Amino acid sequence: MADLDKLERPQGITQAQRLVRVKGRSLTADAFHRLSRNRAAMIGTIIIILNILVALFAPRIAPKAFDDVSFKDTNGAPAWVTKVFPNMKPLEQGGYVKVRNSYLLGADSLGRDLLSRIIYGARVSLAVGIVTPLISLIAGLTVGLIAGYRGGWLDNLLMRIVDIMFAFPTYLLIILLMAVFRLGSSALEPGSPAYAFSRLDAAMGGLLFIFIGIGITSWMGDARLVRGQVLSVRENDYVLAAYALGAPTSRIILRHILPNIFGPLIIAETLAIPGYIGYEAFLSFIGLGVNPPTPSWGGMIADGAPRIQSFPNQAIFPALALFVLMFAFNFMGDGLRDAFDPTLRGRE
Amino acid sequence: MARFILRRFLWMLVVLFAISLITFGLMRAIPGGPFTGEKRLPAETLAALNAKYHLDQPLYIQYLTFIRDIVIPRVTTGEQSNYLDHEYLINISLPLGDRATLRWMNFGPTYSTIGRTVSDIFRDNLPISMQLGFLAFTLSVVIGIPLGAISALRRNTLVDYSAMGLAVLGISVPVIILAPMLQYLFGVQLKWLPVSGWGKLQQVILPTFALGVANSALVARLTRASLLQVLSQDYIRTARAKGLSERMVVVRHALKNSLIPIVTVLGPTLAYLLCGTFIVETIFGIPGMGKFFVTSVTGRDYQVIMGTVLLLAMFLVIANAVVDIVYVVLDPRIRQE
Repeated sequence: MADLDKLERPQGITQAQRLVRVKGRSLTADAFHRLSRNRAAMIGTIIIILNILVALFAPRIAPKAFDDVSFKDTNGAPAWVTKVFPNMKPLEQGGYVKVRNSYLLGADSLGRDLLSRIIYGARVSLAVGIVTPLISLIAGLTVGLIAGYRGGWLDNLLMRIVDIMFAFPTYLLIILLMAVFRLGSSALEPGSPAYAFSRLDAAMGGLLFIFIGIGITSWMGDARLVRGQVLSVRENDYVLAAYALGAPTSRIILRHILPNIFGPLIIAETLAIPGYIGYEAFLSFIGLGVNPPTPSWGGMIADGAPRIQSFPNQAIFPALALFVLMFAFNFMGDGLRDAFDPTLRGRE
Repeated sequence: MARFILRRFLWMLVVLFAISLITFGLMRAIPGGPFTGEKRLPAETLAALNAKYHLDQPLYIQYLTFIRDIVIPRVTTGEQSNYLDHEYLINISLPLGDRATLRWMNFGPTYSTIGRTVSDIFRDNLPISMQLGFLAFTLSVVIGIPLGAISALRRNTLVDYSAMGLAVLGISVPVIILAPMLQYLFGVQLKWLPVSGWGKLQQVILPTFALGVANSALVARLTRASLLQVLSQDYIRTARAKGLSERMVVVRHALKNSLIPIVTVLGPTLAYLLCGTFIVETIFGIPGMGKFFVTSVTGRDYQVIMGTVLLLAMFLVIANAVVDIVYVVLDPRIRQE
């Protein structure tokens, strides 16, 4: 190739080459271009990035510590909150709310700062939104690749397992799994691998078991998707050609099949993220989520919901935070799908 | 067709069996038992309680007994015993005299309340959940399908954008958020509707909305996507080419066919909704089935866990089977395969 470069190029073609080079764009670049022009998707992406920054720098941003209990400030609220929620009348005006302006969104029933807890709570929701899809992606990819590529009885067996898992009521399976993890870890003896896992989980504030629990219940869709894609992609002539040239299975899978199935897979997982975040909120709501005092938006909503008549701010502010993040992930996922979905091409 | 339905039915039984086995395994893997609570019981009392509920037997016997009591129907005659072990969900009197009764599905007693059985829970609490679930389901269909259809027909117009924006909003507001917000807005601020409770018409509205909104948003998105897909098919072009009115094309050809993928989602959704939901029922204080899904697990109420999981699984499996059959009926292309 080096020799070719030294040759003098014919003048006439260069102009055309330059034009082609300017206009040429890969499918992926094309998709990202379309994504960047989708306003809703961009807003979603910006909100997610902001959330990540808030989660990363939570200790710097949060005005107070998330577990700072202060009994003289219990259920306190700043003046502006008492105005937004008219039923929260301050004590001075014959109401029942202690006005505490140093708590920007108010304090919970233990006098902990709501704003700081919401800021730290972003960590839990985001961690679930980022790690869980990876787990279910890896599990689904493995099962789907094996089933689709090997075929035969193994394919049959794996797909029947997927069918059964699909028929299992997801929420109940998660509750059962979490109960086994959470309540089971107290009875473990030191030294066993399960004990090490439970220590690691405790060190992560209970997040590890949430990742595993949600991951176990949500890989089946990916497995089906991957299997279907493998079955169709491997019929292509280029796979046959690679096989004929003596390429090993691993190379065929990695070089020829994987790149073709990655797009739909990532889109499917992105669209599933709001669901995962919702699962975590649900688990925290029923008390099987992260370990207290680690704040989670779901747990905060659960704490605030029974007091919504007297102190609506305690449930509604974390609910708003959760809502905005899920909204953002939904917008981004939709945008990603529209950008990559070839059936939408040329129809706009 | 008959063979297809038979195969489907047999597979249903296999799935239910597998689910019961997984559930049994998982729930027995949770350490502690139903009677090892906060206050420790004397060893003899614990042993007596375990013996009373047959928890002292080997695990596989417990499992097989449980399955036997549910699956195998019995015919009893004479005076009915009041013993908790003989409480069946379905009792049909037979015209054979001597109070002959066909009894089926014995889900066993609950440990948390003395003198109550899982069948009692199904009789008392399930109907409430089913009423709420059915209302929410109706709401999601009534809102979702027209909204999605209008969006698809007015594609890329302001109507489409606002309807789909609304739908994304609906999907992003899970009940855990929507329920407290509705409570606050309509219950506390405007005082139009009661915050909680069950029985009066006004008490039904908020929980129905809380449960139905997210689903109607899902249905709307699905309807739109499916209808757009159908509208680009050749047979729609044919229908237009032969001069049918737009109305006929949409209603007779497009809408009917676009319902197929929607039915697939609606089946399991209905099953879930009918069996009750923990969050909505907790927040609105509705005495439905939902709370048992959680309290049974945290309290190791084994019979209730198995009963509720199997009930929901049964609903789900039946819904899926019905969807499959409806699919075959609706789409002649699948029938041929």
